[in-house]
Amino acid sequence: MKKATFRGGIHLDGHKELTSGLETVVAHIPDRVYIPLSQHIGAPCVPLVVVGDQVKKGQKIGASKGFVSAPIHASVSGTVVAIELMEHPGGSFVPCIIIENDRKEEWAESVIPHRDPASLTPDELRAIILEAGIVGKGGATFPSHVKYAPVEGKIVDTVILNGVECEPYLTTDHRLMLERSDKIVAGLGYIMRAVGCERGIIAVEENKMDAVAVMEKAAAEAKNITIVVLKEKYPQGSEKQLIYACTGREVPVGGLPLAVGVIVNNVGTASALARAVELGIPFIGRNVTVSGPGIRNPANYRVRIGTLFSELIKQSGGYVGEVEKIIAGGPMMGKTVFTDNLPVVKGTSGIIIFTKEENRHSKEFACVRCAKCIDVCPAYLEPTSLVRLAKRKAWEDAERMDAMSCIECSSCVYVCPAQIPLIQHIRRAKQAILAAKARPQG
Amino acid sequence: MTTSNDLLVVTSSPHVHSPDSVPNAMRDVLIALVPALLAGLYFFRLPALAVIAACVASAYAAEIICLRVMKKPQTGEASAIITGLLLAFCIPPHLPVWMAVLGSVFSIVIAKHLFGGLGQNIFNPALIGRAFLLASFPVAMTSWSRPLDGVTTATPLSIMKEATGQALPSLSELFLGNVSGSIAETSALAILLGGAYLLYRGHIDWRIPGSFLGTVFILMSIAGWVKGAGFWYPFFHLFAGGLLLGAFFMATDWVTTPVTKLGRIIFGVGCGSLVVLIRLKGGYPEGVAYSILLMNLVTPLIDRYTRARVFGRVKSHA
Repeated sequence: MKKATFRGGIHLDGHKELTSGLETVVAHIPDRVYIPLSQHIGAPCVPLVVVGDQVKKGQKIGASKGFVSAPIHASVSGTVVAIELMEHPGGSFVPCIIIENDRKEEWAESVIPHRDPASLTPDELRAIILEAGIVGKGGATFPSHVKYAPVEGKIVDTVILNGVECEPYLTTDHRLMLERSDKIVAGLGYIMRAVGCERGIIAVEENKMDAVAVMEKAAAEAKNITIVVLKEKYPQGSEKQLIYACTGREVPVGGLPLAVGVIVNNVGTASALARAVELGIPFIGRNVTVSGPGIRNPANYRVRIGTLFSELIKQSGGYVGEVEKIIAGGPMMGKTVFTDNLPVVKGTSGIIIFTKEENRHSKEFACVRCAKCIDVCPAYLEPTSLVRLAKRKAWEDAERMDAMSCIECSSCVYVCPAQIPLIQHIRRAKQAILAAKARPQG
Repeated sequence: MTTSNDLLVVTSSPHVHSPDSVPNAMRDVLIALVPALLAGLYFFRLPALAVIAACVASAYAAEIICLRVMKKPQTGEASAIITGLLLAFCIPPHLPVWMAVLGSVFSIVIAKHLFGGLGQNIFNPALIGRAFLLASFPVAMTSWSRPLDGVTTATPLSIMKEATGQALPSLSELFLGNVSGSIAETSALAILLGGAYLLYRGHIDWRIPGSFLGTVFILMSIAGWVKGAGFWYPFFHLFAGGLLLGAFFMATDWVTTPVTKLGRIIFGVGCGSLVVLIRLKGGYPEGVAYSILLMNLVTPLIDRYTRARVFGRVKSHA
């Protein structure tokens, strides 16, 4: 059978065998958790607690009035000992609520199972999802309730769950599909109800056929949910490329998936959402892959939000070799961090440790017009031409050549034999184009 | 890192890279040129060795000197060696060595570095070197010799063009390369081996040699049919002269050919049509070099008009 996919993209060494066979284990619950007030795209939260307050597990401790935002919750019970600025895996400094764990694991009163989740209306579902602080778990951390809010004149006919996990090393979604398939299918059902659509798709890459089998079994009852097997290729999990592979629809330039009647969510988001809808449990934990050549025992962990990277690294037996890089997320789009003294946040899918070995740099050459960047660009752009324009600050020309359509998947940089950091030049062009748009005319 | 106080290396994504590099690609091209090199040395012996050595050494020296004079860093990759080799491959084996050196220096200095160096040149440097030599020394550049014994003779294409009455070589002789011609263009077999390697390694796009050779084959089949020449005629044109060398090693040069897929097909069809035009109607028996140079000239234009539709540039669903 020919597997569905998109045009372009690259084949990567997955290194997933390091952890794909390892069952998700519960990470040690730390003595202190560090919960940043901003773990999502949108308005940061303001604290609802002060130093000295007793909090319970699942208690809302931060919220915002902004529509595009998501509240945060205590991931342990205990005492708020400080609210202070800390480095965030995203690179910025963010105020964090620090909770000393009393080890009582007491649930907040607000955490109550919904007696009849099947009877909830779309509005009720969205309210629960908002209250539970559910955001996209794939990495972009977009607040889910916003995604499901009805938009005048737009009809959603398909919800796609993204179980592609095309970044090397990461295996949390793979394990989740093997271990929590029922929750994923249930979560997809709630999303479909929240947006009022009849068709659900769970997309899985062909390198996870065991997960395909498990998901097919879990979804056997649900007639309107299908499992779609996609070709193994990066960035297959990118939203627009995924929609194209699953439905043949192209999201128009500058448009959202909604423009073609589709909503995409990560499989992990669906399972978190099912827990929130059925059990009333907010987003206080997530699965994290700790892997890479620089860690002694790679593993998949079930982690409380606010657990420090360093604690997970300790549980994995510590570093091996000369560690040079820690990547929050995958090696293609993840961000490197300066230290391991950082909390796991809602968007932390993996912690990848690289040693000096992986960190070799080759010399940059002039572009030799090999066109490999053009061949692999999943947005059908000409990265090398955009770089040429960006270098001479021809922002308007770059905009005409659709620089804004770059999804920053970095495939072009990966293949460039001249080692040109194309993506950085294109990001610069995008920033310049945005700035020019923001400036008042005249 | 053992303590939380040591800072790690922070860089922009991606954090992994393919093993591809410009030096590796150049090395692969050199490997792909080895069969043709060996065939050239086998058929044309010491004179060929002298010309090849002179071209390569002078090209490399010119490259180093150019970079130094222009105060650019030495790149340490093999593109100049490839230029020198390719030039040697497409000139006669008995060309005086000083002429070969002159052509090689012209290739590197004028065709490459005066245009801005690696990645910036408009024309294929080796072909510019050949065109320069042909214009400057037309007699020496068209004096051919028989393989192995070096006796002066005409090339298969000029036998055909000028109808000298000499017997044409058989197709199998053409395929193996036991005919007169430029140093390494005679053996179709050796060039096909190298071309296959480049295709396998993903350095060249099949679209260029495919459309180039396909065009020549189709047009020459028609010409052969019109002349009543027979089934062998298009094959003769595929294997004779510099067509295969040009199609696999010159028309596929990254720098001077289109970057778009459709553009590459147009490029190949253009090259093929020009070769047929020159061979059948032009003043020269052979036209591969000029056809590629002419298509080099329109490469920016081809790129401009064959740009791919950007993902999502579709009619709105709304």
